[in-house]
Amino acid sequence: MNYIQRIQKKIKDYRETKHLSDNPLVADLQKVLDRERVLENLSDRISYSKDESVFEGGIAGPVCFPLSAKEVQAIMKVAEKYERHVIPRGAGSGLAGGAIPLGAPIVIAMTKMNNILEIDIDNRIAWVEPGVINLELSDHLRPLGFHYAPDPSSQQICTLGGNVANNSGGPHCLADGVTDTHVIALEVVLPNGDITTFGGIDAEPSGLDLRGAFIGSEGTLGITTKIAVRLSPNPEDVQTILISFPTMRKAAETVSAVIADGIVPAAMEAMDQRTIEVIEQHTPSGYPSNAGAVLLVEVEGLPTGVEIEALRICEIAENHEAGEIKIAQTSYQRDALWKGRKSAFGASTYLAPNYYLHDTVVPRSELANVLDKVNDLAEKNNLTIMNVFHAGDGNLHPLLVFDANEEGTLARVHEVAAEIVKISLDAGGVLSGEHGIGIEKQEFMSQLFTDADLDHQNKLRTAFDPQCRINPGKVLPTGHSCADIQTLNKIPEGTWV
Amino acid sequence: MKRPIDQNIKDFCSEVGAAGPVAVEGGKTRWNLNGFPSENTRFIKAPKGILSAKPEEMTVTVLTGTPVSELHKELQTLGQRTCLPDRGGTVGGALAVGENDLSVLGKGRIRDSVLQLRYVSADGQIISSGAPVVKNVSGFNLHKLMVGSLGTLGLFAEVTLRTNPIPPISKWFTAASKHPQNVFDIVYKPAAILWDGETTWVQLEGHQRDVEQQVQKLLTIGNYEEVEGAPGLPRCRWSISPTEASKITREETGNFVASIGVGIVWADKPQSTKEVDPTVRRITNSLKSEFDPTGRLNPGRYV
Ligand SMILES: Cc1cc2nc3c(=O)[nH]c(=O)nc-3n(C[C@H](O)[C@H](O)[C@H](O)COP(=O)(O)OP(=O)(O)OC[C@H]3O[C@@H](n4cnc5c(N)ncnc54)[C@H](O)[C@@H]3O)c2cc1C
Repeated sequence: MNYIQRIQKKIKDYRETKHLSDNPLVADLQKVLDRERVLENLSDRISYSKDESVFEGGIAGPVCFPLSAKEVQAIMKVAEKYERHVIPRGAGSGLAGGAIPLGAPIVIAMTKMNNILEIDIDNRIAWVEPGVINLELSDHLRPLGFHYAPDPSSQQICTLGGNVANNSGGPHCLADGVTDTHVIALEVVLPNGDITTFGGIDAEPSGLDLRGAFIGSEGTLGITTKIAVRLSPNPEDVQTILISFPTMRKAAETVSAVIADGIVPAAMEAMDQRTIEVIEQHTPSGYPSNAGAVLLVEVEGLPTGVEIEALRICEIAENHEAGEIKIAQTSYQRDALWKGRKSAFGASTYLAPNYYLHDTVVPRSELANVLDKVNDLAEKNNLTIMNVFHAGDGNLHPLLVFDANEEGTLARVHEVAAEIVKISLDAGGVLSGEHGIGIEKQEFMSQLFTDADLDHQNKLRTAFDPQCRINPGKVLPTGHSCADIQTLNKIPEGTWV
Repeated sequence: MKRPIDQNIKDFCSEVGAAGPVAVEGGKTRWNLNGFPSENTRFIKAPKGILSAKPEEMTVTVLTGTPVSELHKELQTLGQRTCLPDRGGTVGGALAVGENDLSVLGKGRIRDSVLQLRYVSADGQIISSGAPVVKNVSGFNLHKLMVGSLGTLGLFAEVTLRTNPIPPISKWFTAASKHPQNVFDIVYKPAAILWDGETTWVQLEGHQRDVEQQVQKLLTIGNYEEVEGAPGLPRCRWSISPTEASKITREETGNFVASIGVGIVWADKPQSTKEVDPTVRRITNSLKSEFDPTGRLNPGRYV
């Protein structure tokens, strides 16, 4: 059995050992919420049993849609009475199986708590509910001169509650950091129903940083019901540059050289030859189709700094055999350059019907070596691979595209996927830069951490949730596993990686 | 791959041992924070030394007994800096206390810059959390929990911090001003704005012409002139919201210097203690009993 099959079996085991309907439980839940905000029939439960990961769904218990922290608290009390687990859920766009219910837990779907509660420009913060969609918040803030910095590629659909749970990143997190840098306080409901606030809007909230410990805990420590995010001022100037290279090695060396030169661009994205070809065939974006690789670099800030850094980046690129360099002169041109990057993932469907999306991080200086190894591996196994990734922070996203109906392909994909994790770890890298561990990478956790390290992680979990009532079976290895297989027709429209 | 553990850390671990009250002495610059270690505590020092500094990765791995000034001196030769405040203390002390630098708006916060932490646990094991890369969501963030924990959950041995390039220039300007919030509103990403009720100090960083252009903006609201650096700071440290800081008065604090846009206030009078929410207290206590069941780490200090 390979690791994907092992995970599948784990989900199935949970499914078979748990009963599905539970009338008194549903009746109690309907007492604390309205009747129509507790879904109980099988088809509804099935639609809340999956996320965007490869795995077949688990099975959801009743699905609740609270409107307030008080209602979440009431659900937790009912869950306690029936000794039932709960699982929080945002948009279900997670790629690591974090929102897959194991053992028919009550699903707490946060999507109806979707109000932007307060924008406090003087304190440079906004209080929002967890169901607010990432892009909606930024769209709301831009005209006010601000934005919310983390911009995951799924920002059209994912919720801020999900972003907090997964400590999500995006292309523009290179200079300014991922979710935990931009979230300063959280209202949460804990497993016993207590409602409290971690962090605060004062400069240095006293006590332990429970906020920092909670962010990235993948929905296992409590349910987020309110979030205070930091507002970042919109930059005064932006330059977007597309640079072509003869090889990915030269592009990757440029990335390291730019950072070593003391420049931290707002974003630095890389695409390989196959990706460029596919983009140009299906969504022409003006990328040089004879290039071995391109870098899309964005520099932001004050005008002189932007100009000096953009010029210096071009100079460094030229020292690394850069070919064509395009600098967007207008916002229209900038959007055109980003269009290619954003459509890469969708365009991959034209190559084959299925994909397997990886997410590992390696030190920047290892990017070129690791990519060589990953490409060799795919070639030896006769698999097609596209590399489109956040090069600036060493975050690889090898995308294996294949047809699952071709005999033996899936097994080869699984083997290559596990090997990519190994190559990344051997290069001093980590299991995930964005998608998290969920159920998918549990098996690999002991390759990165010792037993004692994992025990300590478990102590953190236990201090918040001694009975493992919230989202059980995730993150820490019980059995053990990686990566995302799914059919591309499930990608929500407009999303990109 | 698990990064190998430096021999100094193994030695430090043996010194911590697995029994008896123990605490680490750093530079003792914030020794009086939240109680004093109890009498029978054994005091030890964390190991010193920079293990690797990689500007191309924007990371530095350093043993926590290293003075912040030494770390910064070394990094300066590589054109990099960290966000740790240099107040004469050690790297480990700065992490344990968790207070940010005066120029936090420019340098960033300590809690955001810790990529990997290695600490010795109450039962005498070496524990690693996080990893020495700039982006990582693999597992629970123990290293975030440890920052500001005053050595009550684990004794820090080694840390990998995110570094940042030192900006081409960094200058301070000052003028008389009653409304420091105006500065925050018109200047793009200042590194610091300080205000003592009558005078404002602004630290601007970046490229020469950008700084000049920002100064032109400042001149529209006051007679800003260049000065050597920040003013002297009163002894007590308050933490309030940014808007409260820009409205603070001497009646409340005695002499003060407020960090505008941040909410730190250095004042003559201490800030009155804030009530801790009972649930936060409960979780804090559970964490303490999970990580240090016998209460041997830094006994007498509370978080
Ligand atoms: C096409 C595509 C592109 C993507 N690109 C990126 C990317 O660039 N960067 C990136 O970081 N991720 C990316 N992702 C992954 C995913 O979108 C993010 O992890 C996102 O933050 C998940 O948000 P969600 O609302 O969909 O959460 P869900 O998938 O519903 O849940 C994710 C986890 O959060 C928990 N959770 C949700 N809400 C709460 C809450 N209120 N309280 C407590 N726990 C909660 C769940 O239990 C689960 O463990 C991508 C996904 C897709 C499909």
